[in-house]
Amino acid sequence: MTGYNPAHVGTVTKYVVVESFDVTPADLALRAYEISQGVMIKETCFGIVMNGKEEEVDRIVAELRMLDPDHIFIKDRGFPPGDPRRCRANLGGARPGYNAMELEMTLIPYISHGLEELKNRNENSIPAPENPLEHKTLDINKLKKLIDVQES
Amino acid sequence: MYRSPDMAKVFIYPATSLILSDLVARFGHTPLSSATAIRERIQTAGLESPPLQITPEEPKKGLKWAAVEVPAGVRGRMSLYGPMIGECDAAIIVNDADLAFGCMGCARTNELVKFLLHQKDIPKLELNYPANEEGGVKFVAAIKRFLTDLGASK
Repeated sequence: MTGYNPAHVGTVTKYVVVESFDVTPADLALRAYEISQGVMIKETCFGIVMNGKEEEVDRIVAELRMLDPDHIFIKDRGFPPGDPRRCRANLGGARPGYNAMELEMTLIPYISHGLEELKNRNENSIPAPENPLEHKTLDINKLKKLIDVQES
Repeated sequence: MYRSPDMAKVFIYPATSLILSDLVARFGHTPLSSATAIRERIQTAGLESPPLQITPEEPKKGLKWAAVEVPAGVRGRMSLYGPMIGECDAAIIVNDADLAFGCMGCARTNELVKFLLHQKDIPKLELNYPANEEGGVKFVAAIKRFLTDLGASK
């Protein structure tokens, strides 16, 4: 076994994912470059990846979110951009973890819609979603309907 | 990141979820996700163990949450998630996350993570991913309500 000397110690990496009609990843990258000081920025197909000191990354992330608050989503990443252990330039195919993000990208329009709606509606006036752990009993009327359909 | 006293540490399941991570941070709390646990390891000097810097030490640490006859893959993964489950103040669990599938190691770890979260006496929100726009409104509203109440109770 060989020794391991980590790079970018003490930094954080964040994904900024955009799913918007008005803002593109290129817009995000341009805005991030304008306001960044010593932060590594990489433009991707879904947004940007940023690596740098935590305070600086948080400041830029807050600024970028203002471009389109309901359509920009941010999460942490463990590896810095272009890390040979993760970057598809070295591995080929989709980056590990991209498939999960791709699946959630299909749901993001619903989340964006929810965030937009909540600007005009109080969250307490909106009914709670179904609890997935609740095992509902079959409603008697529904059972009757099922029997009627079977018999007809 | 600066943490104000009313910020709670919220464990998210799936721990890699972009949507949950974003919503928790957006509504003023700290998401505990697998990225932060992985970052800790890949920024710590030691022995080279690519790709995730999970060394033979991790399955040993995992013994705290899973017995020795449990596969090393589960124990190694638990060394990432176990400490976060220990320190979390609340949890948001999405039950129908197709992205949280995997081999026996991942699948059994997921079961154990959910079990440990259900055992822990903390506020929990159980959801399914939305399937339409109205579902999206309910999903976001439920999370906002949960996190606002969490902030008020801290």
